[in-house]
Amino acid sequence: MDRQLEFYGQGLPYLGGNKYPGKLVVVEGADCSGRSWQVNSLRNWLEEEGHAVLDTGLRRSNLVGGAIQEAKNGNTLGKTTFSLLYATDFADQLENKILPALAAGFVVLSDRYIFTLMARDIVRGASRDWLRKLYGFAPVPDIIFYLQVEPQVLLYRAFEKYGTLDYWESGMDICLSSDMFESFQIYQSLLARQFDQMAEEFGFNVLDGEESPETIQEKIRRDIERFFNGVNINERRSTINVCG
Amino acid sequence: MNKVINLTPGYNGKLIIVEGCDGSGKSTQLYLLKRWLEQQHYPVFFTEWNSSELVKKSTKKAKKSNLLTPTTFSLIHASDFADRYEKYILPHLRAGYLVLADRYVYTAFARDIARGCDPEWVRNVYGFAQRPDIAFYFKAPLEVSVSRILSGRAELKYHEAGMDLGLSNDPVESFKLFQGIIKQQYDDMTGPECFVTMDATLSIEEQQQQMREIVNQRLLREFHPPAYGKYLSCGIQGE
Repeated sequence: MDRQLEFYGQGLPYLGGNKYPGKLVVVEGADCSGRSWQVNSLRNWLEEEGHAVLDTGLRRSNLVGGAIQEAKNGNTLGKTTFSLLYATDFADQLENKILPALAAGFVVLSDRYIFTLMARDIVRGASRDWLRKLYGFAPVPDIIFYLQVEPQVLLYRAFEKYGTLDYWESGMDICLSSDMFESFQIYQSLLARQFDQMAEEFGFNVLDGEESPETIQEKIRRDIERFFNGVNINERRSTINVCG
Repeated sequence: MNKVINLTPGYNGKLIIVEGCDGSGKSTQLYLLKRWLEQQHYPVFFTEWNSSELVKKSTKKAKKSNLLTPTTFSLIHASDFADRYEKYILPHLRAGYLVLADRYVYTAFARDIARGCDPEWVRNVYGFAQRPDIAFYFKAPLEVSVSRILSGRAELKYHEAGMDLGLSNDPVESFKLFQGIIKQQYDDMTGPECFVTMDATLSIEEQQQQMREIVNQRLLREFHPPAYGKYLSCGIQGE
């Protein structure tokens, strides 16, 4: 399939007319929403089906990962600087990992994407319009799953997973409350509201993250199967058109 | 084209910036302006491009290994600028300082656009930055600025020469072509961004004389800093 990428904005003008036959699948959701489990399970299945898979996400790249960690430890960065460092990190992953894999025909499974970054920044007071344009270089994924989980359930799971609340996941840097427990609840609710708005705007496939992991996985696979088949049908059609 | 936004009312400080190609003499002129202002006991804060401690390390490392794409190159410099902006520039403006910046967002516009980033995208990235009160553009014929750099330098650095643009395999040739593109970008911005164009071929003294007159007329007449700060010496960043 000789497909060119679609972007949210101006894209990457210097790429020219490169072809990207791979597929980009995104799984979004809060910390403790069960994303990693879903991504792992999805990867196994896709490989069984014979797809080459690149498993990626908002992990720290070599480029600015050190700077981000250092700043987090000292908590000395302004919000715009933070936004831009995360955007740098994402751009690095995108151009050095995701795009080459898509060009090679891989299914790229992205554990979180620009939506997490935008939600975090908006909650910290960044302009929505500025962020939309900033991430105009991000390709539009083929399919976006969003694991929706109530903040109260996230709170429960956070204790189950870590035994304690994380400073950043509780949004303590934005001074919502000096009480970490209360801050977590407010912060996660603010994030959830952003995700709900984006779900509509960007066409997320919203999944109930409080169902059993197996049930969620079944739904994801069904959607992906339907989507892959749909793509195949379109391909065949365009071939016929060219011949006819 | 979104231009840089105006200073939000309520900030007492003033922002003076210099732009121009490498070798245009802008840093010398800004230094002399700074000395002159300090001698008159104005509260002055000086800052220059690429000087944020936080991002310096990553920028250096990345440049060395040529890991950067036009987008990451742009964003890493934007992060660096944002760090300086949020930590130093904006707080000093709010506190009522004369902020002198050796290069400002226009350097990024010129370089990033030359590297192939979308012009509107780059301008949006820097949309958080306040518009300068005076932006001096030191304009010199390309031969002049290029020969000033080449005569004083044994070797050009990879990104400095714009080698990543693939204009030429010869660093000197690449540098000339790259500077030509940058100069064109500055020339194109002069009108829309209201640059004060300075003739960088004039003598140092003549240029400084003009610069002081312009600053005096356009800023200092209306600028009344609080008197209580003038007994402290303020050497902070970039001294």
